[in-house]
Amino acid sequence: MTSQVSSPAEKADGSDGAEGAESAESAESADAAHDTVVGEQRSTPGRRASDKEVRRLDRVIIRFAGDSGDGMQLTGDRFTSETAAFGNDLSTLPNFPAEIRAPAGTLPGVSSFQLHFADHDILTPGDAPNVLVAMNPAALKANIGDVPRGADIIVNTDEFTKRPMAKVGYETSPLEDGSLEAYNVHPVPLTTMTIEALKDFGLSRKEAERSKNMFALGLLSWMYHRPTEGTERFLRAKFAKKPQIAEANVAAFRAGWNFGETTEDFAVSYEVNPATRAFPPGTYRNISGNLALSYGLIAAGQQADLPLYLGSYPITPASDILHELSRHKNFGVRTFQAEDEIAAIGAALGAAFGGQLAVTTTSGPGVALKSETIGLAVSLELPLLVVAIQRGGPSTGLPTKTEQADLLQAMYGRNGEAPVPIVAPRTPADCFDAAMDAARIALTYRTPVFLLSDGYLANGSEPWRIPEIDELPDLRVQFATGPNHELADGTEVFWPYKRDPQTLARPWAVPGTPGLEHRIGGIEKQDGTGNISYDPANHDFMVRTRQAKIDGIEVPDLEVDDPDHARTLVLGWGSTYGPITAAVRRLRAAGTPIAQAHLRHLNPFPRNLGEILARYEKVVVPEMNLGQLATLLRAKYLVDAHSYNQVNGMPFKAEQLATALKEATHD
Amino acid sequence: MTEALSLVPKAEAKQSMKDFKSDQEVRWCPGCGDYAVLAAVQGFMPELGLAKENIVFVSGIGCSSRFPYYMNTYGMHSIHGRAPAIATGLASSRRDLSVWVVTGDGDALSIGGNHLIHALRRNVNLKILLFNNRIYGLTKGQYSPTSEVGKITKSTPMGSLDAPFNPVSLAIGAEAGFVARTVDSDRKHLTEVLRQAADHPGTALVEIYQNCNIFNDGAFDALKDKQQAEEAVIRLEHGQPIRFGADGSKGVVRDPATGDLKVVTVTAETEARILVHDAHAASPTTAFALSRLADPDTLHHTPIGVLRSVERPVYDTLMADQLDAAIEQHGKGDLSALLAGNDTWTVVG
Ligand SMILES: Cc1ncc(C[n+]2csc(CCOP(=O)(O)OP(=O)(O)O)c2C)c(N)n1
Ligand code: SF4
Ligand SMILES: [Mg+2]
Repeated sequence: MTSQVSSPAEKADGSDGAEGAESAESAESADAAHDTVVGEQRSTPGRRASDKEVRRLDRVIIRFAGDSGDGMQLTGDRFTSETAAFGNDLSTLPNFPAEIRAPAGTLPGVSSFQLHFADHDILTPGDAPNVLVAMNPAALKANIGDVPRGADIIVNTDEFTKRPMAKVGYETSPLEDGSLEAYNVHPVPLTTMTIEALKDFGLSRKEAERSKNMFALGLLSWMYHRPTEGTERFLRAKFAKKPQIAEANVAAFRAGWNFGETTEDFAVSYEVNPATRAFPPGTYRNISGNLALSYGLIAAGQQADLPLYLGSYPITPASDILHELSRHKNFGVRTFQAEDEIAAIGAALGAAFGGQLAVTTTSGPGVALKSETIGLAVSLELPLLVVAIQRGGPSTGLPTKTEQADLLQAMYGRNGEAPVPIVAPRTPADCFDAAMDAARIALTYRTPVFLLSDGYLANGSEPWRIPEIDELPDLRVQFATGPNHELADGTEVFWPYKRDPQTLARPWAVPGTPGLEHRIGGIEKQDGTGNISYDPANHDFMVRTRQAKIDGIEVPDLEVDDPDHARTLVLGWGSTYGPITAAVRRLRAAGTPIAQAHLRHLNPFPRNLGEILARYEKVVVPEMNLGQLATLLRAKYLVDAHSYNQVNGMPFKAEQLATALKEATHD
Repeated sequence: MTEALSLVPKAEAKQSMKDFKSDQEVRWCPGCGDYAVLAAVQGFMPELGLAKENIVFVSGIGCSSRFPYYMNTYGMHSIHGRAPAIATGLASSRRDLSVWVVTGDGDALSIGGNHLIHALRRNVNLKILLFNNRIYGLTKGQYSPTSEVGKITKSTPMGSLDAPFNPVSLAIGAEAGFVARTVDSDRKHLTEVLRQAADHPGTALVEIYQNCNIFNDGAFDALKDKQQAEEAVIRLEHGQPIRFGADGSKGVVRDPATGDLKVVTVTAETEARILVHDAHAASPTTAFALSRLADPDTLHHTPIGVLRSVERPVYDTLMADQLDAAIEQHGKGDLSALLAGNDTWTVVG
């Protein structure tokens, strides 16, 4: 892909003026839409005056770690936005405890945010950080195990006093006892310096201290040549009602930047060029999975020309979708926070009966509660989106961690033969397309559909090329308007279970349509008329027909990426796409051929899946469960699928996967 | 036309009871009280004059919940206990519909208790008909959450242990704006209660005492037998003194010592103190106290009629108002602006 993006290297030492950031953003109103052309903003920070060494890197992995109360998620988000605006490819991994305010300074209270950014396209948040920012001893202790020797560690020395260290079991200071010798440690009194920088703001010590995350962000922004005006604009908008706090945060942010610029300890800064070739032309933004999914739902409503109705009950990590959709009532979106998950899906199903694009959002335990109603929806044959953001299970499990262990629940977790299509997004941005695809299936085939995301996709983010509205699929449906059947005596009647011969979908006749009054229910129905029927042959026929309808859903053929005619295929689904693809690249770069395919549709499977599986000597299936897709493949295709599993609440690391895949190709 | 139904289109032609009968054969046990209720509802519907395609009956599971199949309107026979939730989704998204819920004592108060109380407090525009036969009919006669203590059934051969709910008390406690009780066999009373319920904006709960002649026959005989009924039934009418018994010989007064209600014989002394029923009282206290007069075992002093009818903000109206307000504040949603957000960058090809 050729691109006119200007190379930042041309302006690398940035001697173009020293007005400082004040003027860089002055014309922008706080929340005005902001678009930059990649590369241009390199000139805006414009205050790099020193002649410190600048090194060029192709990718960097940074991890911010601190106490739950230290604002690490916000810091990470801001660094991500700066990085997105700069034009790098990126991938993020927020990691936080389930407790809202776990005891301060303890290991369970550590919250972290990892960001991987590069001058080329990347697929994962990275295995091991090149830089760890540790805001306190707990953050250091909890994360040091992941940091490779030689990496940079920036520590807030102010927190390395006796008590906080003792709290996490440091008897001597790791900053002094030589235990960090193998690392490149930068001791920075972040708290003191922040308070010093804000001394003229008339804030209490405690208030001033809160901005230390912005000091750290400023320092890292300097280190990696991030554009700064977005963060300043963000802070002013976020604290619009408290201008003093806004300015204090901006001042701390700048102080951090200036500290990097002047202190001897940071002799080198780094550049990572925009990933110009990774991105096709277009307008981009950074987006998290849950946001993309929410937008996908709103877009589906618009493209279907149906009002969107969400019935939901709060649960991590799905609540953000309820929050997001609740903000867009001007799209005609109705959000209903129900008394429990059963009521949430019940209300959605009632809305579907009334002709809305109905959605319910939840996670594992909530899916369990909804099972009976999903079965009813299967029987009623009404469109309904069941969005499940998987988290660690069983039971309450690990609410803030990721897992893929609800595949079989989605596939089989109902009484009776109750097939439900399953669509799984593969990356955060892909949640948008997956949501629209799930809506297409639900609306076309009049069926509940599972949209199976997970915590990693939900909270992770990446750049997204914003689609033009005319690129989006047309999802409009036709409600039934009149009789669809002629009786033997010539009378025209409406049969609610007379099917479209192509899709096997039944008509969607919404209340308010004269002449089509009909009753539906969960008792077995006579084919065609929909009247209650206990006839054995009819039941057999209806069970098979409902299955045939789902089996017949049109899904695209599976594409295999196999440049080297490999003997081993690695097959994944959902959020493992990034790590698997990264691992596959490593193998190929090292000369090991391996084929890769990734499933979006888990029910029905793509038509060509069986044929593809048969083509390979070996099929490896990495999953964040104990082998659920592998079980389905073995049952359906009699293939000896080899599982590679991890259920530790975290996504696969590319290196570890690469090693496993490499071994798999050998034996 | 009532305010509650002002958004529901009217029927073009005059309707009759026949218009509301579906072509399905009614399959309750012969003699079941459900027949009488069905006939009363079918007979009452033409009075509303609504386009019947804009009427929906949603039910749960139980004998009574077969009801929608017999109404020639839109209908959904859903799953056990969930009808109020399903109807909430329908009514809150389609204000042009008249939505009715049909449920049983097990359906509404046992498995679906949570949905019932939340529907009541939310005040969605639903009319809930709770068929109380004090037994699980469809599953062949186990005791229910309204059965009297000590009920001998297949699941309680030595008698049931748990105290029953009084559905009217429960509904009043759950913030219901409209609560009434009626009896299957009293067509006139039943119809009048339906009329008032239909007229009420928001959730209306109507408890209908219904005889299950197979598993709990005669459960309400105390209220039906002419002789006994005089002593047992307290007929409430808004604005009228609460008197019952032969020639109104009994009445309800407030005990000045406790503030509670009690039944007294009407005398020259007590007559002036007889309570006048105020269904529209803002406070639910008196309605609740009235609901507590009934003896759960003998059914003596059972109030029937509208215990409470007060207007509260209606959930679906408020929901629609928020949508309008959002459009007023932010303009109609613009999808491409939404997708683009505030922080974008452009890669030039
Ligand atoms: C989830 C579920 N649990 C249990 C049942 C069995 N069941 C069907 S109806 C019913 C009780 C019905 O009693 P009630 O609501 O009083 O209705 P009635 O039959 O008396 O009208 C039960 C337990 C069911 N259908 N679904
Ligand atoms: S079992 Fe009882 S409630 Fe059910 S239909 Fe028969 S008589 Fe009516
Ligand atoms: Mg019952």
